[in-house]
Amino acid sequence: MAAINRDDVAHLAQLAHIEMSDAELDKMAGELAVIVDSVKSVSEAAGADVPATSHPIPLANVMRDDVVGHVLTAEQALSGAPDTEDGRFKVPAILEED
Amino acid sequence: MTDELIRSSAADLAAKLAARDVTAVEVVQAHLDRIAEVDGGERGINAFLHVNTDEALAVAAEVDARRAAGEALHELAGVPIAVKDLIVTIGQPTTAGSKILEGWMSPYDATVVKKLRAARMPILGKTNLDEFAMGSSTEHSAYGPTRNPWDLDRIPGGSGGGSAAAVAAFEAPLALGTDTGGSIRQPGAVTGTVGVKPTYGAVSRYGAIAMASSLDQIGPVSRTVLDSALLQEVIGGHDPFDSTSLTDPSTGLAAAARVGNVAGLRIGIIKELHGEGYQAGVENRFNESLDLLRAAGATIVEVSCPNFGYALGAYYLIMPSEASSNLAKFDGVRFGLRKMPDDGPVTIERVMAATRAAGFGAEVKRRIILGTYALSAGYYDAYYGSAQKVRTLIQRDFAAAFGQVDVLISPTAPTTAFKLGEKLNDPLAMYLNDVATIPANLAGVPGLTLPGGLADEDGLPVGIQLLAPAREDARLYRVGAVLESLLEDRWGGPLLDKAPSLVEPVGFRQAQSPLVEPVETLATKEAN
Repeated sequence: MAAINRDDVAHLAQLAHIEMSDAELDKMAGELAVIVDSVKSVSEAAGADVPATSHPIPLANVMRDDVVGHVLTAEQALSGAPDTEDGRFKVPAILEED
Repeated sequence: MTDELIRSSAADLAAKLAARDVTAVEVVQAHLDRIAEVDGGERGINAFLHVNTDEALAVAAEVDARRAAGEALHELAGVPIAVKDLIVTIGQPTTAGSKILEGWMSPYDATVVKKLRAARMPILGKTNLDEFAMGSSTEHSAYGPTRNPWDLDRIPGGSGGGSAAAVAAFEAPLALGTDTGGSIRQPGAVTGTVGVKPTYGAVSRYGAIAMASSLDQIGPVSRTVLDSALLQEVIGGHDPFDSTSLTDPSTGLAAAARVGNVAGLRIGIIKELHGEGYQAGVENRFNESLDLLRAAGATIVEVSCPNFGYALGAYYLIMPSEASSNLAKFDGVRFGLRKMPDDGPVTIERVMAATRAAGFGAEVKRRIILGTYALSAGYYDAYYGSAQKVRTLIQRDFAAAFGQVDVLISPTAPTTAFKLGEKLNDPLAMYLNDVATIPANLAGVPGLTLPGGLADEDGLPVGIQLLAPAREDARLYRVGAVLESLLEDRWGGPLLDKAPSLVEPVGFRQAQSPLVEPVETLATKEAN
């Protein structure tokens, strides 16, 4: 498996929407390289015949009646938002203006 | 009187309340006084991020009134409890130990909190934790680390260090924790307290801010095994708001803790979870517990779980993957912090990146980036896919082991409490603290830690971990309570009797506000 480098971390930080300074990128690249190296044995542990487990206790899909159940009021839902207007979440521009 | 109240177990407090020897208001006030006395200040425990004085006293007064009127109440009515600040509560802030949720008020209660309210248990406040439960020391809290009551310069474990320290410092008889890789059990071990990670799904996760949804589990924190059993009965059971919640009833746990014998039980030592890498004093106390159980009629055998060696690696792929996805919702739109970019165009994408940069600490960023990496195209099969296969192997190891024995036993953590700051700049060393607790989360089986004594070399608490098959939580309480009683006979009382008094001579220090001002932490220093 490829080692993780500073450019990878910069790309991942962009995907994860976390702004990072140059110093942070350097530090994180070093730390992640050590961590990734320590977990790579996992890829050699199991053969192709071993099924994956996504959930500790096997469960069937859970259904309920199609009726309005537990819901928050609009006021409750908006109560922790940084900005609201007319009973809705208010966000900055989605697209950059030209 | 106050000292007697705060040192009582929850079961004893419940009996005193039922007999009307004390009032719930007296019990709650005694704990609030203790919090005011030991939690704040520069050298305070800092177990609490918020103290819920008014509501706790009001609930207590209501319990007293109802009891006086002859109403039949829940066994634990009036017994106070602290709640880890990862679990949402109406009326108190929920921060998850993060700047991104500073001051955030949840519009709803977690299911476990609803159950506490239904039982009329006064909630004393919200306890400190590593940010979003990511850590093994509480040093990653944005609101300063919690201190270990056994030694104020040492970590109380993590992520639930606040809940464990609150109980160890007699600030609360009970607390709720959450355990994703050991966050209830490892703090229990290093503070000389009891903590249980129930079977996955035995307690609803609704309202616990998710880190890794397939691993997270809410569970009890206490000073005695019976108290944890009583608390798990309160919070457990099916919840339609959590689709992974099991339909099994949450009963028979306190009865199991009262069985009082282990004769004929088969107990397995996990070959891979002791010996090399474990502190000598931890090994000694572990062997002592084995001798006591053997003398009490249990059969001790050794079992091997050969794939446990891969557990830590699999965990550090699965957990960050799930965490990176779960934490995507903290984007400065629906709740919490919003930070505008310092310069340039203000678009939602740039606001998100600035918000998450300012709101998350270093460990949270590390795990989000690691998870994003493990899930990215080209690496998914090698990392996340392989880790999920390891999960199957771990489950098979447990199945084989439980084919031979009724419960498994190991030290809970490889070492006793280390010094604050000691492992903060070495993430990998920090991760190793959870080597013995992680397999249970990967397989969904229940685990309990109880104090096993003090290590010879440093006089600090050692934890003994018991593990049982899924849905067999009662076995943990049965064996745990017997071992606890055998050990306490040997010590001449509870282990916490040997902990230092936290109260300085009268007049030495001014009364402190229980509301702790956030102090700059090593974690925030690291991020700056």
